[in-house]
Amino acid sequence: MQKNIILAGVGGQGILSIAAVIDWAALHEGLNIRQAEVHGMSQRGGAVQSHLRISDQEIFADLIGLGTADLILSVEPLEALRYLPYLAPTGRVVTSLEPFVNMTGYPPMEEIEAELGRTDRPVLVHASDLAKEAGSARASNMVMLGAGAPFTGIAPSKLEAGIEALFGAKGQEVVDINIRAFRKGLQLSNT
Amino acid sequence: MNRQLLLGAEAVAQGALDAGISGVYAYPGTPSTEITEYIQRSKEARAGGVRSSWSANEKTAYEAALGMAYAGKRSLVCMKHVGLNVAADAFINSAITGVNGGLVLAVADDPSMHSSQNEQDSRFYGRFAMVPVLEPASQQELYDAILHAFELSESVRLPVIVRMTTRLSHSRAGVERKAPVEQNPLHAEYAPNRYVLMPHNARVQYRHLLDLQPKLEELSDSSFLNRPVEGHGPLGVIAFGIGYNYAMEARKAHGIDCRVLKIGQYPLPRTMVNELFEACSEVLVVEEGYPVYEELFRGYFGSSKVLGRLDGVLPRDGELTTDLVAAALGAKLPETPAMPEIVVGRPPELCKGCGHRDMFDAINIAIRENADHHVFSDIGCYTLGALAPYNAIHTCVDMGASITMAKGAADAGLRPAVCVIGDSTFAHSGMTGLLDAINDKTPITVIIADNDTTAMTGGQCSSATGSKLVKICIGLGVEEAHIRTIVPLRQHLDENVAVLREEFAYDGVSIVIAQRECIETAAKKKRRAAATGQ
Repeated sequence: MQKNIILAGVGGQGILSIAAVIDWAALHEGLNIRQAEVHGMSQRGGAVQSHLRISDQEIFADLIGLGTADLILSVEPLEALRYLPYLAPTGRVVTSLEPFVNMTGYPPMEEIEAELGRTDRPVLVHASDLAKEAGSARASNMVMLGAGAPFTGIAPSKLEAGIEALFGAKGQEVVDINIRAFRKGLQLSNT
Repeated sequence: MNRQLLLGAEAVAQGALDAGISGVYAYPGTPSTEITEYIQRSKEARAGGVRSSWSANEKTAYEAALGMAYAGKRSLVCMKHVGLNVAADAFINSAITGVNGGLVLAVADDPSMHSSQNEQDSRFYGRFAMVPVLEPASQQELYDAILHAFELSESVRLPVIVRMTTRLSHSRAGVERKAPVEQNPLHAEYAPNRYVLMPHNARVQYRHLLDLQPKLEELSDSSFLNRPVEGHGPLGVIAFGIGYNYAMEARKAHGIDCRVLKIGQYPLPRTMVNELFEACSEVLVVEEGYPVYEELFRGYFGSSKVLGRLDGVLPRDGELTTDLVAAALGAKLPETPAMPEIVVGRPPELCKGCGHRDMFDAINIAIRENADHHVFSDIGCYTLGALAPYNAIHTCVDMGASITMAKGAADAGLRPAVCVIGDSTFAHSGMTGLLDAINDKTPITVIIADNDTTAMTGGQCSSATGSKLVKICIGLGVEEAHIRTIVPLRQHLDENVAVLREEFAYDGVSIVIAQRECIETAAKKKRRAAATGQ
């Protein structure tokens, strides 16, 4: 088993909490992990990405090769497109549809959706609506994780255990909201 | 479960703690910052009394680490590649004095310049100083290499460099720990013949360093960081540091069966290198950084046997990737989808609500009333003032250069001569330059952007902020009437512009401290207070 996942977003959107849950679950499955992240200048509102690799064999490189990503999981629609050169022919794109506009020249949403539509069965998610239904707009990352879950190679129950482990210190209510958010994303992906 | 998920930087920190360090010394710099932060957060470090607060700059950090090693204890010193330029004087000469307790320099290079002004290769410094350099390929190897580095440092009585690059430092993987070692007892020795580098001592010590070199080569030949990987065919690979990862990944992905020699300890293991070059008719040199060893293998007159960055088989600059190495090995890469044309760049920006935004608004108004409106600046979040919509600063070269470049330009006749420097950068390398300007009565205005933290690297403690900055300026000799403090907020725009205008017009050294806490730091404090119910 080997999965190459690109997590994408804008600095400050918190893609690393998605990575942390997947990492936790993979580590507890006894799998090997390499997860490269962006620190420093780009974190100030720039484009950020994390290359996450999971395997039951030895992983050498921290970076994913072009055309080999099984999943691009993005919390921002334009950022999903930025990493398309990494997508494998059989890879899938799962992205939030809420634009984060902090620069000039942001393209119209119709054009972005058209480009997304050229990929194989993209999963497009109104993440903050679902997160609000789950109890908090701040849980939209976990909605996205749920929507991406079927393509990570890790069982949803293990990912939920990861959410409990990582949010546990913030109290049961926060855990429950995030689990509900995760399940809403998962349900969308499975239907 | 005994594997912990650690960033490469954190693996360095945990390795150093398990190697029994008594202190870490560092100035923050991407991609090295997380080493020291990890130690600052560590309960074990606190229990063991491991000293870990931030130093004013890399030179003071290195010298303090050398002092701790002089006293017989193990010390770790961390910095980014350009930080080693600042510490270079201390570092190079510490190879001549040697050490008593183990001294390990963890230095993080930034090829592709994700967060840096150049992509210099710290292995050059290792060759320059003639000390051992370790360059591990994985997070586990990094952890193990730190333990090894302290033993090596104490056995040959030299400082040892552990070099890493962005991708290793900022990538997580499972790491298994070993049993921790106790800290060394205090055992400072009188050895002025080693540590007093007057010429008569230095000559003897330098000769000793030269005589050690064959032994260092032998140690490389038996190091676990250097090893050949079996293979066939006329083309072999010598892969340094994480270059090994890309070579192995390319082999696996494209079914290539070439020989690979993995290098992770320098000086080069001569026997292993000879074996590879004898077995292969061509050797691809894969280095993450400058073609340091490729150049040596080619020699001045060039060897057609060597392939790499200097003949375009690999790009001359930038980070390596699996795809680049695979192509260099002759693999045919599949076509991949292009990035859609509608995707525009998303550069970093100052945070919404950041005080620097209001400071630059005021500076732009006041400075543009002059025919010349050059603003010299420095390294920190405020460097983002160079980008639209502000376009407010015109230089950013090295730590502290804002003040001294403004001084030189003023000496040349430029008026007004204005510079912007952060509180932490001022403490790092701004004070001495300011003293030059004061001694010369140079007409410059130094704007200190005091946000009470080292913000760009994530909010580390700054060595001088608030009233301490004022006292430093007074102590250095700035006239008190020309040390002005402003609060960069929208509602103060007019008065701030007026203050700047007055000081730009002053014919001497003036200081304007723009004081407002970093909003990220303020928010972090608020969250922490809420979490603890205070």
